[in-house]
Amino acid sequence: MKIIVNGCGKIGSTILANLVAEGHDVTAIDTNPEVIQKLTNIYDVIGVCGNGADSDVLTEANAKNNDLIISTANSDEINMLCCFLAKRMGTKNTVARVRNPEYNDKSLAFLRQNLEISLIINPELMASHELFNALKLPSAYKIEPFSVRNFEIVEFKIKDDSVLDGLKIADLRNKFKSKFLICAVQRGEEAYIPLGNFVLRSGDKVGITGSVNEILHFFNELGIKRTAIKKVMILGASKTAVYLAKKLCQIGNSVTIIDKDRQKCEEISAELPKALVVNGDGSSQELLIEEGISNIDAVVSLTGLDELNILISSYASSKNVPKVITKINRQELIPLAEHWGLDTVVSPRKTISNIVVGYARALENSKDSSVETLYKLMDDKVEALEFTVKDGLDFLNVAFKELKLKENILIAGIIRDRKTIIPSGEDVLLSGDKVVILAANQRINNLSDIIR
Amino acid sequence: MNRKMVFYMLGQILKLEAGIMLLPLICSLFYRELNIVIAFLITMALALFLGFALTLLNKPQNKTFFAKEGFVIVALSWIVISAVGALPFVISGEIPNYIDAFFETVSGFTTTGSSILTDVEAMSRGLLFWRSETHWVGGMGVLVLIVAILPTDSGRTMHILRAEMPGHSAGKLTPKLRTMTKILYFIYTGFTLLEIILLLCGGMPLFDAIVNSFGTAGTGGFGIKGDSIGSYNAFCQWVITIFMLIFGINFNIYYLVLCGRIRSIFKSEELWTYLAIFLLSSTVVVFNILKTVENLGDAIRLSAFQVSSIMTTTGFATTDFNLWPNFSKGILLMLMFFGACAGSTAGGFKISRVVLLFKKIVASVRQMIHPRAISTINFEGKTVENDTVNGVLVYLAVYCFCFVIILLLLLLEPFDLETNISAAAACFNNIGPGLSLVGPAANFSIYSSFSKIVLSFAMLLGRLEIFPLLVLFSPSVWIKRRAKA
Repeated sequence: MKIIVNGCGKIGSTILANLVAEGHDVTAIDTNPEVIQKLTNIYDVIGVCGNGADSDVLTEANAKNNDLIISTANSDEINMLCCFLAKRMGTKNTVARVRNPEYNDKSLAFLRQNLEISLIINPELMASHELFNALKLPSAYKIEPFSVRNFEIVEFKIKDDSVLDGLKIADLRNKFKSKFLICAVQRGEEAYIPLGNFVLRSGDKVGITGSVNEILHFFNELGIKRTAIKKVMILGASKTAVYLAKKLCQIGNSVTIIDKDRQKCEEISAELPKALVVNGDGSSQELLIEEGISNIDAVVSLTGLDELNILISSYASSKNVPKVITKINRQELIPLAEHWGLDTVVSPRKTISNIVVGYARALENSKDSSVETLYKLMDDKVEALEFTVKDGLDFLNVAFKELKLKENILIAGIIRDRKTIIPSGEDVLLSGDKVVILAANQRINNLSDIIR
Repeated sequence: MNRKMVFYMLGQILKLEAGIMLLPLICSLFYRELNIVIAFLITMALALFLGFALTLLNKPQNKTFFAKEGFVIVALSWIVISAVGALPFVISGEIPNYIDAFFETVSGFTTTGSSILTDVEAMSRGLLFWRSETHWVGGMGVLVLIVAILPTDSGRTMHILRAEMPGHSAGKLTPKLRTMTKILYFIYTGFTLLEIILLLCGGMPLFDAIVNSFGTAGTGGFGIKGDSIGSYNAFCQWVITIFMLIFGINFNIYYLVLCGRIRSIFKSEELWTYLAIFLLSSTVVVFNILKTVENLGDAIRLSAFQVSSIMTTTGFATTDFNLWPNFSKGILLMLMFFGACAGSTAGGFKISRVVLLFKKIVASVRQMIHPRAISTINFEGKTVENDTVNGVLVYLAVYCFCFVIILLLLLLEPFDLETNISAAAACFNNIGPGLSLVGPAANFSIYSSFSKIVLSFAMLLGRLEIFPLLVLFSPSVWIKRRAKA
């Protein structure tokens, strides 16, 4: 598919890299010639230097014949204008990043409709959803919510003294009452979709699927205690922090936000009257102790610097804070952070690029059951894809044990009439179901791709 | 450095070379030249064996490579294909000396067209075909062909192309490199076929038409007659003149025209400068040689052919321009250095660089007069980055140094300065014939083995635009990190 990416900053270039890896024909637009130079050096893309909201630049990027434009420039207005112009010039679909909270209320639908933007993404808002979800579960690595409620994938690491160590997957169901599925295992560099005879070991990173309640139940059975989160400390007063704090305040948590920038603090405190806003250096241990880090239930490091976030989180872990969440945008730092024992890492950049890549994949293949959401698990080695089952599918009403699935494919869950079904051999797919498929080391575009 | 990847690519190149030898093999089968068939079969077997050995032994897990590997792959590939491509000549015994055969093959792949053969017409058809086919393949680039036909997962093949494509900027026209290389080869093949058809219409025999079209397309210039193109009729000469010019133009322009963006022709300063230089030089030469030729029509034809041949660095000849007045010879010698457009199959310094240099000179002079003036250089409607201009200046410096060194090494030979200078220029700029003792009616067999190696190297330097070979010989590329004891 032909795709234009306008504005190749942090998020834009991550999206671009993923789209190139997917095999799309990508054109990059940026105002900075150095950025263009760098991108064309590294990736197999064509670069156009200029303002993406300028019709000449869009003409040069051949907007007329493109299937999708993704505008992630700094300014919301440029993104909207760029998408609007491209749409008028003939680009079939448009995605704009709009992050100003002013646009993200009631006016959003109006904007979308009148500017004919196919998808509006707000990285900060999405990151705050992700953080909020991560705060709900104890010691989970991270959690990937699907578009349907009540079905999630949780990644966590098996600790040395865990009962799971040395357990066969087939025996799990007898041992635990909860209904869940171990859907993916990462051991070292390799990722597997485990079969019944797979034996878990400590140190494995496992992904489990199920409804939230079942997963929580399972954690209880495992003996992982959940501290109900009441007090949350957020470091860094970014837009994400504001969104997150708003939600936390709404459900009655006490929130402390710490930031260096006095002006920012003042703005935030006006916006969030319930939260405690502290002006100070979040990396100063003295300040953290003074603000009571040892009594806090959760610390969320959201400063703009990944390195600083890692340091703050490490300190918080050493102070036995039950739940520590670290925001890390640079992919290469995530394994390092995990190495340091920081379990819950959230990467907004990755989340956004997953959404866009999933969107592109769905566009490419919209004839029948196409991808609705796409998540990457296990250091991007496993993909979880959500499909809606439509009438034309070849294997409707066929019991799963009769199906010949490809290797490393798993039907992880079915959502039918708002109920989550953890599939067994007897289950079937019906039209109108939502189904979540896991695929390791391969690319699935279409629901019918899972059959051999 | 990712050595496995380098050797893996070399293996692929060797397999490809075995593949492109199929055509001359068929040709020699057709003409029933048994010993040539055997020579090709032996070479192909060897190339395939080495190719598979290299690719199987060096299956790279890590396919990422950077600019450094790109340069090294390009430089080594060109040396290796020439070394293997020379074998049929030696095995068949038609060029018994390996160094001579190597010179001939390098000259073929680099689209130079300098020959050491004293009697071309005595060569077998199969080898003549192979010699000219190397022009065709070398013109667009061997690795470009690899990128076009072989699937590579690594998105970084741009590094290879940048090292192989002539010109200071390898502009991309489509997002995907593979699509672009395919389009380039499509245009290239299209024009070649068109030329073959036109030459056939002009009454040229099929074999001659194919071989001469290969020579024109790659701007190579291996002829298959003693007097190059001189013995064909005027129509064929004009066809070749026009096609030499066509292959000297940046291929991107054809692509844009194919896409319907005809206006881009008018924007291309390089194209207009190229055509202007061609018209001006040929007019001057016409008046200069008028006395030596019978009528104006002949003078125009001869002049246009020779100017176009030298300027596009092809090196065909329809007359012995060695006998022309000095002024005309001087113009031809100057044109040798100019070359044609960047992004074409031609060699030389490239018109776009000449234009940039000229603009830089103008800007510098203005800076002298108005020391506080701020000046930017515009080229083809866009501001040129300082880095680009600096790159051209550095290239000029390296180009001059290399030329001087090559010339000095040649001066060890007992020939006159004109011979040596023109030989160095003709090889370094991938033209073919020089002046005096290496003029169009003569050949390079007079040089010693040492000089032939120097000249082969000069041809490679010229074709790859110097830097890949320099990178190949810089120690930091090859030194491995030593494990501490």
